[in-house]
Amino acid sequence: MHKLLTDKPGHKLLLLGNEAIARGAVEAGAAFATTYPGTPSSEISLNLFQISKETDLYFEYSTNEKVALEVAAAAANAGVRTFCMMKHVGLNVAADPLMTLAYVGVTAGMVILTADDPFMFSSQNEQDNRYYGKLSGLPILEPSSVEEAKEMMAEAFALSERLKEPVIFRTTTRINHSTAPVVLGGIQKPKPKGHFTKDPMNYVTVPAVSRKLHARLLERWDQALALAETSPYNFTEGKGKFGVICNGVSFGYVSDAIKDLNADDRIKVLRIGFSHPLPGKLITDFIRDCDKVLIVEEGEPYLEEGVKAFAQEAGLTLPIKGKAKELFSRLYELDPATVRERIARYFGLDYTPRQPVDLGNVPEVPQRPPNLCAGCSHRATYYAVKKAAEGLDTVYPTDIGCYTLGFLPPLSMGDFLICMGSSVSTACGFAQATDQKVIAFIGDSTFFHSGITGLVNAVFNNHNFTLVILDNGTTAMTGHQPHPGVDMTRQNMEGYGRVSIEDVVRGVGVPHITVIQPFKVKKSIEAVREALEYKGVSVIISREICMLYAKGLKELNPRPFYISDKCKNHRDCIQEIACPAFFLEGERVRIDPTACVGCAVCAQICPENAILPLKKEG
Amino acid sequence: METTRLIIVAVGGQGNLLSSRVLGEAALLAGVPVRMSEIHGMAQRGGVVESAIVFGDAKSTIISDGEADILVGFEPSETLRALNKCNSDTVTVTNLAPAPPFTVAIGRGVYPDIDRIQSLIREKTRRLIALDATALAREAGNVLAVNMVLLGAMTQTGIIPLTADPIRETIQTKTREAFVETNLKAFDLGFQQAECCLVE
Repeated sequence: MHKLLTDKPGHKLLLLGNEAIARGAVEAGAAFATTYPGTPSSEISLNLFQISKETDLYFEYSTNEKVALEVAAAAANAGVRTFCMMKHVGLNVAADPLMTLAYVGVTAGMVILTADDPFMFSSQNEQDNRYYGKLSGLPILEPSSVEEAKEMMAEAFALSERLKEPVIFRTTTRINHSTAPVVLGGIQKPKPKGHFTKDPMNYVTVPAVSRKLHARLLERWDQALALAETSPYNFTEGKGKFGVICNGVSFGYVSDAIKDLNADDRIKVLRIGFSHPLPGKLITDFIRDCDKVLIVEEGEPYLEEGVKAFAQEAGLTLPIKGKAKELFSRLYELDPATVRERIARYFGLDYTPRQPVDLGNVPEVPQRPPNLCAGCSHRATYYAVKKAAEGLDTVYPTDIGCYTLGFLPPLSMGDFLICMGSSVSTACGFAQATDQKVIAFIGDSTFFHSGITGLVNAVFNNHNFTLVILDNGTTAMTGHQPHPGVDMTRQNMEGYGRVSIEDVVRGVGVPHITVIQPFKVKKSIEAVREALEYKGVSVIISREICMLYAKGLKELNPRPFYISDKCKNHRDCIQEIACPAFFLEGERVRIDPTACVGCAVCAQICPENAILPLKKEG
Repeated sequence: METTRLIIVAVGGQGNLLSSRVLGEAALLAGVPVRMSEIHGMAQRGGVVESAIVFGDAKSTIISDGEADILVGFEPSETLRALNKCNSDTVTVTNLAPAPPFTVAIGRGVYPDIDRIQSLIREKTRRLIALDATALAREAGNVLAVNMVLLGAMTQTGIIPLTADPIRETIQTKTREAFVETNLKAFDLGFQQAECCLVE
């Protein structure tokens, strides 16, 4: 049985934030779950995917977040409790359905989780998705700890049903990827099937209907506001004339700081966990008897703007600060010492910070950037394209996945990236606006996510570029989730269809299509060269299973290579393909046999043919 | 309960997350409040993995610069890189077996001298316990048990509020059955080795 199905209320389990959230959804009887994977949210869906194999929960990896939200919106309007989860930028992809789903509402509880990523540990931006609450009019709940994340998830479904609106559940990386003991609650049995009742005058959003629905949304916004004013998630702690208002993980840092500073008789705290609509009356009452107020929040001054507006309405002129040069930055994440120091300074409390050791005479430690794995097919593809394009003035739009790492030297294959799917559409623009040779890279999962529409555009507008689809048979970066091109029988899973990338590319009318096996280096270079000569849209599908995925499926049969005495130390292997299985022993290049899986790419480029397979012992 | 802050740094694949997990479960078993966080986005792709473990009464799950009570490094250059987490009172435990990053092989960096790493850490922090955890893991029967060796060594320091018993019990119940014996042996070897270092 899956650990998160443990039916022992009161029992304590050590859970990752994302496990706690998944457990919360299970306890709430969520019966329908959709997602597109993205760090830091991925373990929530991974756990629900596993749980769905053992229970009545329906779970799907949808093609992208917009699709995930639309699938979920229908389920929630058929009376099924539904959970839709994604990373913060995923909500941009799903923003179109989100905005009008807010007008339509739901008939069963629906929670939309956005996992924000302050500091961008694994994201292209650190946008603050609390503004989606304002933009859509939907309520937002934000937990401050792993335990609370589980509790709040169940409450989020109840709140959604009360308001008949989806609830946005906003986390940050430090909730998703923190671990703490969590007390289990009871599990509500999911109700997997509902019934859709026709009501086109409330469901079909033509202008006349939407005008009515927008008014209804504002009424529900008022109800949400009334609930936020009395919500147990918006609570006060401590006493004194100094006030701190905070949310999310900042609350933990603030609580620890006040304890460390022995200031709980001087500083009171308002924790905002139900953060849209902001409880104006509660906030005004809180600040009314403060001498000064500090707002502690990561990201944008979302709370701060609200608090200042309420103060203005109430005619209160006390100092209220948050984001300022001398206080908190809008950049990156907060940490306990920064919060402690700012609180002490702002309120004039005694505090001597711990001095980190002086790093003045510490030599620079060589960087350890993440690298494509030994035996990664992307490295081989990049090498082939680089060789085929030698001498050309190139632009390499790239996309989001493991293969993005190819932008680092020595491969240096990646020039432009803004979001999922952008490789294909930006290739259209670069090809039209320059006379450079444009070669774009996209992974298989990303191609299904949002690459296809760009490719249709390229065919219709007859843009001149080559798109390389790096098809490694899985969504590798986020932990080997399936996508529509994956053969699910390989994982012993039945009931799935399968979409062929080649058929899609052919179907949208791409005139020049080549499929290569990237570990055949010479053939691949020739095939790429030919594709590059084509005027118009050409697509190369580079097909080779992800080495780690193959390992997980127990389909990998490593056949390590070694560097023989024939080596004359040209170092083409190490300089050009930079596989992490190489290391230097004195001045000699060696291959770590425990890392090498035997892709043989280096063996094919060695000018002395010095790289040979290790003979199996015995 | 007093707060104790532990940072563990490692290279992806060294089993840092399992050792954190064992500590967390052992704390739960022993009734010691615990919270942890980890940054492991690209662990499988050779990046650095950092865990923060906060024992005692605190709500934060991360540890600021200069605030670690104990730093444990699974790789010497990574221990040095994490020195910003230390203050003059921090106790550091490090593996001495280097795993040079790939940037060194392609000439984009120089791996620091191991003796220099040790003298720098000794000079700046309260105490350094340095051991060849990789050799001890090999001695225990599995070179991958470096994480268990270092768990043993950090337990010996007495800085973390856990004794060997709940940790050994957790290794028994929460690590893969086939490895329990070597894991325990590796833990004990690390525990003993660190005792020698403490005496010095």
